Amino acid sequence: MQTSFSLATLDWIVILIYFIFVLGIGWALKKHMKDATAFLEAGRSLPAWVTGLAFISANLGALEVIGMAASGAKYGMMTVHFYWIGAIPAMIFLAIFMMPFYYGSKARSVPEYLKLRFDEKTRGFNAFAFAIMTVFASGISMYALALLAQVIIPLEIDWNFLGIHIGEFDFYLFVSAIIVLVYMVLGGLTSAIYNEVLQFFLIVIGFAPLVIIALTDIGGWEGIKANLPENMMHSWKFAGNADANPMGVEWFGILVGLGFVLSFGYWCTNFLVVQRAMAAGSMSAARKTPLIGAIPKMFLPILVIVPGIIALALTNTGALELPLKEGTMTTDFDKVIPVLLMKYMPVGVLGLGLTALMASFMSGMAGNVSAFNTVFTYDIYQSYINPKKTDKHYLKVGQWTTVVGVLVSILTAYVARSFNNVMDFLQLIFAFVNAPLFAAFLLGMFWKRTTGHAAFWGLISGTISAAFHHGLTLPYGGIAGVKGGYFGVIHTYPSEMAQNFWTAIYAFTAALVITLVITLLTKKLKTDEELKGLVYSLTPKIQDDSKYLYQKPGFLAIIVGAVALALSIIFW
Amino acid sequence: MGLDIKIPIGLMFCILGAILTIHGIITNGNVEMYEQSLGHNLNLWSGLAMLVFGGFMLLTSSLVKKKKKE
Repeated sequence: MQTSFSLATLDWIVILIYFIFVLGIGWALKKHMKDATAFLEAGRSLPAWVTGLAFISANLGALEVIGMAASGAKYGMMTVHFYWIGAIPAMIFLAIFMMPFYYGSKARSVPEYLKLRFDEKTRGFNAFAFAIMTVFASGISMYALALLAQVIIPLEIDWNFLGIHIGEFDFYLFVSAIIVLVYMVLGGLTSAIYNEVLQFFLIVIGFAPLVIIALTDIGGWEGIKANLPENMMHSWKFAGNADANPMGVEWFGILVGLGFVLSFGYWCTNFLVVQRAMAAGSMSAARKTPLIGAIPKMFLPILVIVPGIIALALTNTGALELPLKEGTMTTDFDKVIPVLLMKYMPVGVLGLGLTALMASFMSGMAGNVSAFNTVFTYDIYQSYINPKKTDKHYLKVGQWTTVVGVLVSILTAYVARSFNNVMDFLQLIFAFVNAPLFAAFLLGMFWKRTTGHAAFWGLISGTISAAFHHGLTLPYGGIAGVKGGYFGVIHTYPSEMAQNFWTAIYAFTAALVITLVITLLTKKLKTDEELKGLVYSLTPKIQDDSKYLYQKPGFLAIIVGAVALALSIIFW
Repeated sequence: MGLDIKIPIGLMFCILGAILTIHGIITNGNVEMYEQSLGHNLNLWSGLAMLVFGGFMLLTSSLVKKKKKE
């Protein structure tokens, strides 16, 4: 099966025009980057529809687009759990309950909120963990981009530069890194957000023709149904028993592990997405950000999951052949989107589809770099290295942090290329650090008694329990090592997914219990006055100043929730 | 933040839309080329959709609003 494209001049022109606009946006924003606030917080001035689209677009990077199509082919309709149960409820919760504290407290980042609400050590722990995590995430995005690009658009590059061999992988890696670097240094967070909005529209317009044609080819929804087993066509129907569904997870793991712990931990506390909402121009716009993002988010499965499902159905009819992973006999589901693009897209729209794919890879990278910038400059540099400098100084630091962030990402991309297991291992550690975070926020925001010591030790013990749970269990058929079981195996899960969900549940529960217990044992150090604007019971209820009912966050939340529920029932 | 994002989005989709539409018109009826997209002229349809979207973005951008005020 052919897996590389032959691009015509027209396809290249389409790709080139996109890059000109990406760099042009950065260049046009340059003259507005006068202070650190403009560079690192977008001046808190953007309209809600812009931050809302950036909110979901920042998450729609390489791993999401490629990964969700692959999951669609592996697990079928159950993949929608990552959207309808694994994102929407958390986004509503963030908008209605948490955004007033993030935005109202004037904290410039999530770690800074932790400092205001708890203490220095809790902020430090979160800031360092987050900074390392984002640089690695950006590096993984770059690695994925270069890896895919060299396979689907081979340029036969074989250069020698001062004795160093430069191949296609290096070429794509450096070109994408330089483009991201340029537009991020020029326009900061605003540049990142604007390009995320551009990327969002490109993905929709670039992938829609693909989905429509592929769906016509298989014979619509009925055609898919006829060619796939029934347990791949439902989201909840077969979730009663882990052995009955392709994902190998039962409903409790999905509902609590994915739908509560992992989803709320990601969407409500990850600064990468929360930063988009904090860049909004008003409290009302900040609260509407996740809700406006939720509307397209609910329908994204059509663009990213359905192609995977169609690809599998087409393979079953014999109309399509998916490539194998290099040197193995297993199907490479990561190639679903490229293979479909190649099968159906004629010259012209093919360039458009590839541009959409590249746009998603690059903004995934840039999103992480922008979050890293802010956390490093404010929560590490200004807090621990060089406080009390002028605003101009921090603007310079922010710009240099961008350079360093991109350089470290390049390094990470090479690490990922040489040691695949190292990356698995790192991602695992980050999962351990993230899972308990929501427990600290939940208790901190809604119980004024919660103390800094308690939150800090809660986070630490949550992380340790995650490591223990993972170290004592294995997914079915797994070998002790990166997949778990390094302390001995006391339980085997039906799938890796089930193991991940349960690791999160254990980590969250441990963090919650430890924070509760230590709070009761320690003295409350912050006065009620200090906690005003940071804790629910001590903050005056905000009245939304929107003129019309449909502009109010509460009303939007009900609509979003109802549509997500309706979708879940239709495709149950 | 200084720049209205609707302007670059509108411009880009108008330019890309125009290119694809023209390409679609030129290649219209090319059975061999559109065999893979089941006979549909995807360039023409995508191009037109992008022109409409790009035009809408430009019309609602501050570029047009400012002129109206003057």
